[in-house]
Amino acid sequence: MKSGILAAAAAAVVVTATAGAGAATLDTVKQRGFVQCGVNAGLPGFGNPDSAGNWTGLDVDYCRAVAVAIFNDPNKVKFTPLSAQQRFPAIQSGEVDLLSRNTTVTLTRDTSVGLNFAPVTYYDGQGFMVNKKLGVKSAKELNGATVCVQSGTTTELNLADYFRANNMSYNPVVIESNDEVNAAYFAGRCDVLTTDVSGLAGTRAGVAPVPDDHVILPEVISKEPLAPAVRHGDDQWFDIVKWTVNATIQAEEFGITSKNADEFVNSKNPDIQRFLGTSPGLGKALGLDEKYALNVIKKVGNYGEIFDRNVGPGTPLKLERGLNALWTKGGLQYSAPFR
Amino acid sequence: MATETRTTQGAPAPGGVSFSLSDPTVRAVVYQILVVGAVVLVGWFLISNTLDNLARRSIATGYHFLEREASFGIGESMIDYSPKDSYGRAFLVGVLNTLKVSIIGIILATILGTLVGVARLSSNWLIAKLASTFVEIVRNVPPLLQLFFWYALVSDSLPPVRNALNPLPGVFLSQRGLWVPSLSASPVWATMGIAFAVAVILTIFLNRWAKDRQARTGQIFPTARAALGLLIGLPLIAYVAGGAPTALDMPRLAGFNFVGGMALSPEFFAILTGLTVYTSAFIAEVVRSGIVAVNWGQTEAARALGLPSGPTLRLVILPQALRVIVPPLTSQYLNLTKNSSLALAIGYPDLVSIANTTLNQTGQAIEGVTMIMGTYLTISLSISIFMNWYNKRIALVER
Amino acid sequence: MATTDNAQPVGLPDERPPANTVGPVAWLRNNLFNTWYNAILTVLVLALLGSAIPPFLDWLLIKAHGLDATSQECRQGGGACWGFVNEKLRFIMFGTFPYDEQWRPFATIAIFIALLLASCDRRFWKPWFGLVWAAGLAAVAILMWGGVLGLTYVENTLWGGLPLTIILSVIGLAVAFPAAILLALGRRSNMPAVKVLCVTYIELIRGVPLISLLFMASVMFPLFLPNGVSVDKLLRAQVAFIMFAAAYMAEAIRGGLQAIPKGQYEAADGLGLGYWQKMRKIILPQALAVAIPPLVNTFISFFKDTSLVIIIGLYDLLGTAKAALSDPAWRGFYREAYLFIGVIYWIFCYSMSKYSQKLERDLNRSHRR
Repeated sequence: MKSGILAAAAAAVVVTATAGAGAATLDTVKQRGFVQCGVNAGLPGFGNPDSAGNWTGLDVDYCRAVAVAIFNDPNKVKFTPLSAQQRFPAIQSGEVDLLSRNTTVTLTRDTSVGLNFAPVTYYDGQGFMVNKKLGVKSAKELNGATVCVQSGTTTELNLADYFRANNMSYNPVVIESNDEVNAAYFAGRCDVLTTDVSGLAGTRAGVAPVPDDHVILPEVISKEPLAPAVRHGDDQWFDIVKWTVNATIQAEEFGITSKNADEFVNSKNPDIQRFLGTSPGLGKALGLDEKYALNVIKKVGNYGEIFDRNVGPGTPLKLERGLNALWTKGGLQYSAPFR
Repeated sequence: MATETRTTQGAPAPGGVSFSLSDPTVRAVVYQILVVGAVVLVGWFLISNTLDNLARRSIATGYHFLEREASFGIGESMIDYSPKDSYGRAFLVGVLNTLKVSIIGIILATILGTLVGVARLSSNWLIAKLASTFVEIVRNVPPLLQLFFWYALVSDSLPPVRNALNPLPGVFLSQRGLWVPSLSASPVWATMGIAFAVAVILTIFLNRWAKDRQARTGQIFPTARAALGLLIGLPLIAYVAGGAPTALDMPRLAGFNFVGGMALSPEFFAILTGLTVYTSAFIAEVVRSGIVAVNWGQTEAARALGLPSGPTLRLVILPQALRVIVPPLTSQYLNLTKNSSLALAIGYPDLVSIANTTLNQTGQAIEGVTMIMGTYLTISLSISIFMNWYNKRIALVER
Repeated sequence: MATTDNAQPVGLPDERPPANTVGPVAWLRNNLFNTWYNAILTVLVLALLGSAIPPFLDWLLIKAHGLDATSQECRQGGGACWGFVNEKLRFIMFGTFPYDEQWRPFATIAIFIALLLASCDRRFWKPWFGLVWAAGLAAVAILMWGGVLGLTYVENTLWGGLPLTIILSVIGLAVAFPAAILLALGRRSNMPAVKVLCVTYIELIRGVPLISLLFMASVMFPLFLPNGVSVDKLLRAQVAFIMFAAAYMAEAIRGGLQAIPKGQYEAADGLGLGYWQKMRKIILPQALAVAIPPLVNTFISFFKDTSLVIIIGLYDLLGTAKAALSDPAWRGFYREAYLFIGVIYWIFCYSMSKYSQKLERDLNRSHRR
C-alpha cells in the first residue's frame, strides 16, 4: 500500500517539475550587463591577471572584443579563470557564455563535448622544451625521457601518439595544474616540458629562472588550432562570436587599425562600407549594432594589433606571426567575406 | 501546493480508520510521504535539469567511451598498459595504483602507529614526550600540506639524476626516485609462492589439530613456533631446491634515466610517506586508548591464574584491547584509503587522477565523477564489511 | 609492566635506605634510566635529537636570512629565507584581495577569532549568543563583499588566504549543524523511509573522498541547474563542504543521542511531550553536550580539509602559499612557505583539540556528580 502512495507522490512531483525555457544567450547577456568569459588562470600572453587583477592576453582580448560588439565597452566583461578540467563543464553548463581559453579545436570537442568553435585565433602546434645542458637537438633523441605534461589536454594525447609513432618510450609525469607542471620541470623532475609552442615560449619568458638555459626543440608534433568556443544550441550567439573574430581578421586584411579606423568610415569601397556599417545590414543580421565591427576595431584593434600586443616580437614571448600571418602574407588567417 | 494535495490523498490510506493528524501512526505515514516526496521532487528537479542540459548541448552520455582507445600515457602501472589500451583499462590501472598505495600505506601506518602509541605510554619520559609531540604536530596539519612538503622535499633536495646518490652498490637515489636492484625473473619465485600457499594451508590444519588436542588431552602444542617454521621453511626449501638463483637486475644509467632494477617514483614515495605519517598519528591514539582501556586487574588476575606473560598478553590483554581498537582503526583505514585521492595534487596516477584525465578528454563529467564515487564506495563498503565481520568474531570473546 | 617492580615483599629485614625520591637526580632515575633498556633508549634518543635539533635551529634562526632579505641574498646559501615570508605575507594571508582594502579581510579574521574564542567560554552558551554570531557573520559579509557603507565592492573570486579558509569552515559548520541534527534524528527515527534516506545519505557521503564531492561541485553541479542559472565557484565549493560536514557531524550527534539513557526518552513520553518537544527540551540538550567533543574534532578535520579546495582552483591559505611559490623570483623556498602556513594551521587545530580535551574532562566531571 505504501509503495502505491509513493508512486502517487512521485507522479504528483513529475507535473510540478518542468524545466524552464532557456532564453537566448544574447538576451541573457544584455540583461545581465556583461559577458561572462572563461579564460586561462595564468598563461602569459593568452590569459593572465597582473598583480592588480587586470586581465591581459590574446584570449582575453577576444572576450573584450565580444563585449564591445554587444555593449561597445571593453570592460563589460567578467573573467572566470578555469583549469583545463573545469573549462568544458563551465561552458556546457552556462557558467560562462564564452570559452576563450587556448582550447584546441577537435572533432570530439565539437561533437560529444557539445561545443561550437569560432574561427581560429591562434594556429599553434605542440613542441618540446629541454634544458640546454642535456645537449638534445631534436625531439627524435628523446627516447626514454621523462616528460612533464598537463593532464586533460590534447597535448597529453599527442605526446603519446608521437612517441608511439616514432617507436620511442617515455615516462610521463602528469599533473593537473599548469603551475605544478612548470614547477616540476624547473625543479628537474622531468627532462622535457611539453605543451603548445606558444605556451612554452610564455613559460620560458615568464617562469624560467634563467630563460636562456632552456631551448625549444624545432619539431612541432601536432596541429593545435586554438579557438574561442560556445555551447551547442544557440546559433545566434555562435554567429556573434564567429563574426566578431572574423571582423578583427577582415580589418587587418583591409588595413584598418584602431588608430585609423575613423578615416575608413567614409571610404568609397563598398566592401568597407558594408563592413564598418556605413551601409547598413550586416550588424542587424547578427542582432548587434550596425557599427559593431568598427567599435571592435577602435576599442580592441585588428588581429595584427591584438597579436603584437600580447604575444608578438615586442613582448616577452617574442613569437613570430608564422602561420598566423594573413593568407595574403603566407599565413592561414583568413576571414570569410562580409556580405 | 503539490504537497498539500498529497497529504489529503495519502493520509486516509493506512487501515481506513478515521483520518486524524493527532494519530501518531497516521502522522508518521504523512511525515514519511512528505520527506520522500521532497527528496523525489528535488531529485527529479536535478535529473530533469541535467537531462535537459545534456540534450540541449548535445553532450555525449553513457559509458561507451570506456572501450575507446585512451591514448594517454600513465607514469606507473602494475599491469601492462600502453596508450593503445582502452579507457577502461586505464581506469583499472588507476584503481590498482590506489589499492597499492592504500594497502602498503595501511600496513606501514599500522606498524608506525602502534610503535608511537606504545611509545606514548612508555615509562621513559623522553620517549613518551617525543611520541606525543609527533602526534600533536602531525595530526594538526592538513594532510595535503604534508603531501606537498614530502613531494617538494624529494624533488628539491635530492640531486639530479646524473649526480644520483649511490649509498649502496646498485642503489641510486635522485630527484627521479629510488632505484634498487631487483631479482631477475626465474621460475623459482612462482614455486616459492606455491610453497608459501601450501604452508598457509598446513598452518590452518595444524592450528585446528593443536586446539583439538589441547581440548582432549590438555597438552599445549607450540603452534606459533611450528607455524613460523612452516611459513619460512617451505618457501626456503623451494628456493634452495630451485638452485638458489642470486642473479640481480641492477639499475644503471642509460640515456635520460636509470633502467633496470626496481624503481620507486617520487610521487609514490610522497603519497605513501604522507599517508603513512598522517594516519599513524591517529592510529597511535587509537592504540594508546585501546591499551589504557584494559584494566590492570586483568593482568593481575591472569598472573594469579598462573599464566605466563606471553599467554597473558595473547589470551587476556590483546582480545580485550582489540575490541576497543578495531572499530576506530577501521575508520582510520577508510580515511587513509579516501585520503589517497589527494595523489591527484602531486601527480601520482591513482584512480581519481586517471578518471580526471578521462573526464577531461571525453568531456563526460557525470560519468567520470560517478566512476570515482562508485569505486570508493565499493572499497569503503568492502573494508567495513570485512571489519564488521572481524569485529563480530573478536567480540565473541566476551561472554 | 614496569610498575610491578614497586611491589616489594612485606616485612623484609635489613632494607636498604629508601631511594631518593625527590630532586632532579631522582627524577632522571625514575623517568629516564629506570631500567636498562630505558637507559639505552634514552641515550639513543638524546643522540638522535642532538644530531637533528642543532642543524634545524641553525637553519631556522642562526644562519637564517632576516625579514628584509632579497631572493638573491637567500640563494647565496645559508639558512631559512624569512624575506620570502615577509615579501609574500599579505598575499599568503589575504590572496588577491585589493591591496589597499586588505584591512577588511584582516578585520574578518579578527572577528572570527573573537567569536571562536568567546564561544569557548561556557558562560556564553545562551540563546542570545546566536544573535552575536549572526551579527558577526553579517559584519564579515559586509567587510568581505563591501558595496555598502562606502566600502568598494569586491568580487568573491578575489577572496583568498586565511579568511577564505575560515569562511569555508565556519560557514560550512554553521549551515551543516542544523542539517546534521535532522540527519541524526532521522537516522534514529522509527519511520523506515526517513531512516533509510538518512542512512543512505550519511553512508554515501562518508564512503567517498571529499575530493570527489568537490569535483562534483566543480564539474557536475553546473549541469544540475536549470538552463541559464549558474552558481559561482566559491558557493559551489561551500555547498560541497556543507554536504560533507553534515554527514560527519550527524554521526557525532548520533553518538550523543545513543549515550542518552532510555529512561530519559520514557520520562519525556510519560510527561506527554510530543516528539519535537521531547527532542528540543529533553534529549537534544543532553545529547549535544555529550557530542560537543566529537563535534569539535569533526570541526578540526573539517578545517584541515578546506585545504582541498586548491584542487578545484580556489585560493585558500595553502593555495595562496603555493601561488606565492610559483613566482619565479621565489621558486624553491617551499620549506619557509610550508612551515609558515603549517604553523598557522597548527595553532588553530591544536588549540581547538586542547579545548575539546578540556571540555571532555569538564563534561565527564559534571556527569560523575
